[in-house]
Amino acid sequence: MNRDFKFELDRSEVLPLLVGDAKEYLFIGGLGGTARDTTRLTDGGDNLFALGGAMGAAAMMGLGLALAQPKRKVLVITGDGELLMNLGALATISVLNPTNLSIICVDNGHYGETGYQTSHTGRGVDLEEIAKGAGIMNTATVQSKDQIENGAKVVRQDNGTSFVLLRVSTKESAPRKRNLDATACRIAFRNALL
Amino acid sequence: MSTTTKTWQAEVYELLRKHEVEIFGYVPDAGHKYLINTSIADPEVHAVSLTTEEEGIGLCTGAHLGGKRAVLLMQSSGVGNTINLLSLVKLGHFPFLTLVTMRGNFGEGNPWQFPMGQATQAVLEAMGVICLPAWTEEDVIPVVEAALTMSFKSGNAVAVLLTQRLLGAKEF
Repeated sequence: MNRDFKFELDRSEVLPLLVGDAKEYLFIGGLGGTARDTTRLTDGGDNLFALGGAMGAAAMMGLGLALAQPKRKVLVITGDGELLMNLGALATISVLNPTNLSIICVDNGHYGETGYQTSHTGRGVDLEEIAKGAGIMNTATVQSKDQIENGAKVVRQDNGTSFVLLRVSTKESAPRKRNLDATACRIAFRNALL
Repeated sequence: MSTTTKTWQAEVYELLRKHEVEIFGYVPDAGHKYLINTSIADPEVHAVSLTTEEEGIGLCTGAHLGGKRAVLLMQSSGVGNTINLLSLVKLGHFPFLTLVTMRGNFGEGNPWQFPMGQATQAVLEAMGVICLPAWTEEDVIPVVEAALTMSFKSGNAVAVLLTQRLLGAKEF
């Protein structure tokens, strides 16, 4: 498959530009790289619940949270590998189309946690097209610096669920210590929110 | 209104609503037809059609993070699709409630239903989910009420198993 995919951007540089003020959001982080990304974005704050396993759950956790908290903005940041595992979630989310839910998929075209095997997106699968096909109307791809501004707009828009595909290089996000105690994170998240 | 004129399915729905369940995740299922259709028609709840049962684990745990109660409606054959994601429920000690219509048990005529049907309780229990079977109509309300208390009040993961003795075995 010959596609014009560029895996060049640095996730650590671009994600803060797409997200803006992280305090505005409740975050669900996928496992692996996006757990590190979201921990950095929120400075380890209690507005984040990041996975360490249970691969495939992030997008649907975002839907459950968005339905439960319609007045708060919910941002799911997940990886290509995790989303590929649960593509049906895009269909489920699109049918409900909550206006307070946004999804950023950080796509490096690889399964980084398991030794950087090439993922399906690294072989031509376009997750923005899949999100569109699922019926998500507000979508964007960000794979070069001139697309960042539009991507940030799509993340912020509030007339339906939005999906932004961020293509990045395999450069890892800087290591950041995180709490792997899911019970402590659950309780801290709820205590801060409820 | 006398409760004796209501079906047990209607009583289950009222009980879930009384206990503030507001999000109903479901996959299509004949045994859950009443709960599915009633939740879709109820403007006060979210009825979420899932493409696979594992989506329901994310849905229910996300709802809990946001302070709402959810229930997952599925069939025993779909329980197998949830197993790894139950890691999240177990490790995070999330309250979790699922109502499971059983296949491959009492009087089942389709041999394909037995492998997962017979394994359902064992695999749920292996992942830390407490299983409460309901064998008769008289069982259903006390069992669902117990499950609601054990999940949302005591913080456990609980599955109500609606057996084929209760639901009637599909004929083949």
